[in-house]
Formats: sequence, C-alpha cells, structure tokens
Amino acid sequence: MRRVPAARVGGGALVFALLAVFPFVVHAAWIVNIGVITVMYAGLASAWNLFSGTTGYISLGHAAFFGIGAYALAITFNHVSGGGGYTPFYVLPLIGLGTGVVSLPIAWIALRTRAITFAIVTLTLFFMAQQLAFNLRGITHGSQGVAAPLPSFSVSDFDRPFYLAMVGVLALAILSYAYIRSSKLGLMLLAVREDEEKARSVGIRTTGVKLIAFAISAGLTGMVGGVWAYYLTFVYPQYAFDPLILIGTVLMAFLGGKGTLWGPFLGALVLVPAQQYMLTRFGASELYLVGYSAVFVVILLFMPRGIVPSLSAGANLLRRPPSLPAEPDLGIEAKRAAS
Amino acid sequence: MHNVIQATILGLLTGGVYALMASGLTLVFGIMRVINVAQGALVILAAFLSYTLFGRFHLDPFLSILVVTPAIFVLGMAVQVVFIRSLRGAEGSELSLLITWALALGIEGVLSAIYTTTYHATLPSYADTSWDVLGYRLSMVRVLAFAASAAILLLLSVLLTKSRLGRSIRATVQNPTSARLLGVNSDRVSAIGFGIGASTAAAAGAVYGVLYPFNPGSHYDLISRLLSIVVLGGLGSVGGAVVAAMIMGVVQSIVAVEISPIWSAFSFFVVLLAVLLVRPQGLFGVRERIV
Amino acid sequence: MTALLEIEGLTKRFGGVVAVDRCSFSVPAGTITALVGPNGSGKTTVFNLVTGYAQPDTGLVRLDGDVVRRPHPVRLARRGLTRTFQQARIFPQLTLVENLAASLQQPWRAIGRRAVSPSDRTRALQLLDEFDLLRLADERAADLSYGQKKLLEFATVLMAEPRLVLLDEPTAGVNPLLVETIERRIRELRERGLTFLVVEHNMNLVMRLCDPVIVLDHGTKLAEGDPTEVQANPRVLDAYLGA
Repeated sequence: MRRVPAARVGGGALVFALLAVFPFVVHAAWIVNIGVITVMYAGLASAWNLFSGTTGYISLGHAAFFGIGAYALAITFNHVSGGGGYTPFYVLPLIGLGTGVVSLPIAWIALRTRAITFAIVTLTLFFMAQQLAFNLRGITHGSQGVAAPLPSFSVSDFDRPFYLAMVGVLALAILSYAYIRSSKLGLMLLAVREDEEKARSVGIRTTGVKLIAFAISAGLTGMVGGVWAYYLTFVYPQYAFDPLILIGTVLMAFLGGKGTLWGPFLGALVLVPAQQYMLTRFGASELYLVGYSAVFVVILLFMPRGIVPSLSAGANLLRRPPSLPAEPDLGIEAKRAAS
Repeated sequence: MHNVIQATILGLLTGGVYALMASGLTLVFGIMRVINVAQGALVILAAFLSYTLFGRFHLDPFLSILVVTPAIFVLGMAVQVVFIRSLRGAEGSELSLLITWALALGIEGVLSAIYTTTYHATLPSYADTSWDVLGYRLSMVRVLAFAASAAILLLLSVLLTKSRLGRSIRATVQNPTSARLLGVNSDRVSAIGFGIGASTAAAAGAVYGVLYPFNPGSHYDLISRLLSIVVLGGLGSVGGAVVAAMIMGVVQSIVAVEISPIWSAFSFFVVLLAVLLVRPQGLFGVRERIV
Repeated sequence: MTALLEIEGLTKRFGGVVAVDRCSFSVPAGTITALVGPNGSGKTTVFNLVTGYAQPDTGLVRLDGDVVRRPHPVRLARRGLTRTFQQARIFPQLTLVENLAASLQQPWRAIGRRAVSPSDRTRALQLLDEFDLLRLADERAADLSYGQKKLLEFATVLMAEPRLVLLDEPTAGVNPLLVETIERRIRELRERGLTFLVVEHNMNLVMRLCDPVIVLDHGTKLAEGDPTEVQANPRVLDAYLGA
C-alpha cells in the first residue's frame, strides 16, 4: 500500500496509450471487432475483480448487471431522443450510477450468506434477472427484445467508437481498482478477505465496506453492458443475461490472477481471441462449447492462481534470496532476559 | 379450490423427481464440499440416452433407468477422480463449482453436436394416459416417475443408514478428519459418493424426458432450480433437500395455475430468498460455527 | 467500584444442552477480572454471547450501565469492547503495520484516504515497539511464530483504544517467557485505565494477576471473590475435581 511508483503509473499509461491507438492503426473490421470484445471482457473481468478479487467473495451474478445496464441504455433511448451519435456514450456514467444503486438491495440480500452459499445465491439472482427480462414484457418486450438506438457512425470505422468506449470503461475500472487498493477502503476489504470475523471484532464495518465495493463493481459492469447494447443495436434477454458471459468473465479473472491489478486484463487478452477462434471454427456445430469447456478445465486444474501471481512469485524468487524464517520465540526472549 | 388441490397434487408428483435430483447434489456437497453444477447436464444426458434407447431399441424409459444409471455412476466416479480430486484448499468449493460448470458446457456441446438444439421428448404409448381419482386428474407418467423417484430415494436412505459404505459416507459428512482417523478411505468415499450423486441425476433424467420436452440447453433451467432447492433445504442435508423439493414443487405448481406458468421458475427463487433472509443456513442446515 | 460490564441471567441452549444457565456477574472497571472454570463450564460461550458471536436465549448484557440490546461484534468494538480469540487471529497476508492500521476503526469519511497514513504508521510502530515486534513491522503476519501472532493479535485489539478487552486464553500454547511478557503488558495497560476480562486455564497466572476471580460451573456462576477466597472455597475444589 505504499505510494505508487512512477514506473507503475507510466506503465499503465503506456498500456492505455497502446490500446487507444490500436483502432487507428488497424483497419480490418473483424480485428477491431475482436478488439471490442476483448476490451469488453477485460472491463467485465476487472470490474468483477474489484469486488470478488478484493473480498474473496466469488460472485456468480455480476453478469446480471451487464444485462441491466444493456436494457437500461436501450430502454432509455426508446423514451428519450438523441440516440445515434455519441450521446449514448455520455449517458454511460448515469447508467453506471443507476446500476450501482440498483445493485445495493441485491447485494444486501446476497451478503447475508458466505462463501459457497454466496456464490450460489448470486447465481440464483442472475437467473432471476434473466427471468424478469423474459417476463416483464411491458418493460422489456420479453423474448422479442428491445431495440437500442441506431448508431450513425460511418461503416468503414464503425467499430472504433465502441472500441474506444470500452477502453474508457476499462480505464475507469482499472483506475478505480488501483485507487481503492491503495486506500483505507482497500485495506478494510483485504481484512475482510483475510479473516472476516477478525475484521468485525476490531470494529471494521464489514457489511458497509462490502456493499460499497459491490456497488462500484456492479456499476462498472452496467456501463460495459450499456456500450454492448449500443454496439449490437438490439437487446435480447438470452444474450443480455448469458451464462457464457458470466463464466467467461470469472475464468478470465482467474486465469490472469484475481486480486491483482492487471490480471483480469491479461486473462481477457489471452482467452477472448481463443474463444473467438473457436467460435469461428466450430460455431455452426456448437462444438465450440466443448472447446470452451476444455480451455476452462485446463485453466482451473493447472493455473487456478493465475498468470500474474505465478509470474510475480517467480520474479520474487529471482530478485532476492528466500527470506529468513522468523526467529523462534525463545531467541527473542532469551535476548531480552539477557539484556 | 379444486384447481389448487389439483396443482398441489401435480406439484408433489413433480417435487418427488426434483427431490431425487437434489438429493444427489446435496449429498455430494456434504461429502466433499463440492457443488456439482453439472448435475443438471447429467439429467439431460440421461434424458437423451433414454430417448435414444427408446427410439432405437424400444426400451421403456422407466426400464432404461437400469441401464442409464450404472453407466452414469461410472462416469461420475471418473469425473471425480480426474477433475475434482485435485482441487483442494480454501477455494476448493468455488473452484469445483467452476470446473463442474465447465464440464456441463462440455456435455451441452457434445449433446448439441449429436442431437442439435431441437427440443426432444420421449413419448411411450402411455404418455397421455391419466387416471381420474376423486375428481382429480393424475397423469400416469407423473405417478410412475414419482414412484420410481420415491423408490430410489428409499434405496438411497437404506444405503446411507444400513450399509457400511453408508456409515462411512455419513461419518465423512459429519467430520471428514475424524472419519479419516477412524479408517475411512476418504478418496474412495468421495469417488463413490460423486458416483451416487450422478446416479440420482441419471435415474431422474431417464424419466425426465417423458415429463418435459428438453434440449441440450435445458440444463441451465434445471440446475438453477436444483441449486435453489439444496440451499433452501440446507447444504448437505439430504432430508432437507427432499423437503425443499416438495415445497418448491408445490409452490411452482400453484403459481403456474393461479398466476401464470411463466412465473413458476421465478417462484423457486423468491421462496429461496425469502427463507434465506430469515434463516441464512436454509431449513435444515447447520449454522457454521465462526468462533 | 462501578461495573463496566454486567451480565444478568444470561442463558444459552444448543439443542438439548444448556451451555450457559442464568449466569450473572459483573466486571468492575479498572480491574483484571478472571473467568475460570472446568472444561465445559461455559466460559467461551459467555464470551461469545457478550461479544455478539452468539445470541442469548434470555438475559441481558450491560456495558457501562447501558443495556446492549443485540450484541454485535462491530458495534461493540466501536463502543470500546474488543476481544481476542482462542486461536490467535490476525490478517496473514498483511504486514504487521497493516494489521494494526486495519484495526484503527475508521469513520466513513476516512475510507478514501491512504491505507496507511504517516500518523497511522507512527502509532502502529509505537504499539509494535511496546510489544517488542518493531523489527518485524513490515513482515507479513503469516511469517510470524505462534507466540508472535498472539502478541500481534493483542496489539490489534488495543489500536482503537478500547475500554474493555476480553482475552480468550491469552497464554494458551505460549512459552513461559512470553507468558511473562503478556502478563507485564496486561498490568501496564491496567495502570493506564483499561479493564480486562480474562478466560484462563493457567491458575498460577490467574492467582498472580487477577482480582476478582469468577468461577463458572455448568454454565452458571459458582463463586466470586479475590484469588485467596476463591482458592479456599470447597465448592470450587469440588467442581474442578469432579469435572
């Protein structure tokens, strides 16, 4: 939790500079499209990490906020004019805020449980959200879906604004994570992860702290959903609330290293192109699901800690000799007794 | 009133089948703290197997239980040994949840490749037969499915209470460390336990295809209900899962009749949340001791 | 002497077992009060009831004269009542300084500030110095020996300057030299105005350090008084020998 060294900030800025420049340098639409999806998942995984990586509570319902954000954007512009240009992007912060607020009662219910029950309850809440999207036909038009505004961007660089919007949300997620991690809130979240009962016993307001992290995480997820809705121009319940997006997000965070700053981003960078490849090769026969399954299983069996923690452990080993074990008790006390 | 009673009867009959599926799910959690998200996929796998056996060899779906169940029992054991045994540590439960989810995706993919995503149904000649008892309609297949489920649950309960394996299982559920110290081979118990869990899905799945149309993607709907049931009953409590399944069966049936069928799945979730607000450990769950 | 903590008619049943049975006693302010009794007498359950880790079936808890309606660990800690655990609990992956900084009880307006501010660090180092852990200040707590973890845990419950500290077997599993350190710290802190309620099995320590001594048996108070009184009480002897 020390002050962030200049090198770190510089490195982060470089990454975002490269990300921002990408669609101006690459013009093949299908590559930029993969870029959009990669950055989208990077944002989702980073947002997920902001809550689950810090507290250790594995949320399996975050994808619900993606869907909520998507519907929020589409429905808003069905009642309000101005869609079609850059306006929907400017509305994103409001969508994030709204999703964050809506997530609070949901989080409050879910956080009455711990560990694996929490995972199941959040998964249940995800399915509930999907059901509501199908059933509340008055608002969501059920399985017919809702139209999002039709973007008026030029065909040649159509994906670019969406790509940049996704980068914007990712940047917000990364910055939020970094800020929280170095703040007292982050310290309290870590305490919750390390030993929640101990945290309560020294007076940390664990429920409040978890709720704040959850709401921020949900809000960011909602913003990603908003961009996605505008990109696709149509929101269907089974795609807005898609279990594949849910498990993909979680596994990317695991692969890259949950609880680290850049882990989820790395996870997305590796997995999304792999997923897209499988989709194009095997999409017609649904065998891509088997491909996903195989990749997920390999990650979970062989790299459950993730890339970043494994790399940094290796780096530590190279950088300095293994730390000396703490002196046995008798040693200190003997010294004191002797003095 | 008549409708409500009819719905209740239907709900109880349906609940019996869910009880069978859920019992295996909660038993596996009790033994090794693993949530088998693939339980729904195993049900659907069994349904497709039974469908094919009926289509190709005209094997009655209720008889196919005898074929499908052992096969999937072995599959379950293999899955535990290959994929789950190595997942240990503080996050073992969550990791196993994710890995079984991945396996469920694999099963869905294979089934989609073979059978496509069209809905199927196993329709023996008696599929539409129903009896009139005291003015209430009882569908023959639902009664048979309930009877089969009840019989298997009874078998399971006898296995758990009277056999040596059953005692080993119950000891492991109550206190894994003590059980090991007393000589219980926890690796063996885990593998067999997972196999049993998969078997309950298989047995239920063989008849599931007669009751509902299904496709490879149906496992999500199933597992979402099953998860609600086991949490409602209290994770690890087989009796709790059975009670919870009956409650859920009746609730969803009444909701379907009195409100609308589109809300019946949702009602599972509402009941679960309502109970969790008051009793976070579920109906028969044990509050974990924190200090 | 005014009572800082009062327990009246506390009862707790677990299934068929009555762990705590209409238990009443008080802890006078500025004392080091001992809570002793044979195994199964309900000492830890009383601790858990007082600190909000279990809810009593009947009875009440009073802190500084005010009834504590629904004991809750976070609220009690913020009212100045903290506790340690039988198995020393610390935050393993955090450094010692971070462990202490996390125990400071921040108001909401402070959560955006830096995790460990300079003043936080100063105060943490001061406390670590008093516990002779200064040179390990930036080590991970997981790397400490068990005795060092117990000291760290003790330090964490003092960071927010509590009024009443409940110590659950502070010297269990700890070597004799460390016992002496802990005993000395408790005395020094009592001089500074802290009150302690200590569950202990180490009778020599209890006799040296504590007054009054409260003896529990079968979930209820058997005897109360200064160490010599209690030691001479034949019913106390019976309880220990009979157990």
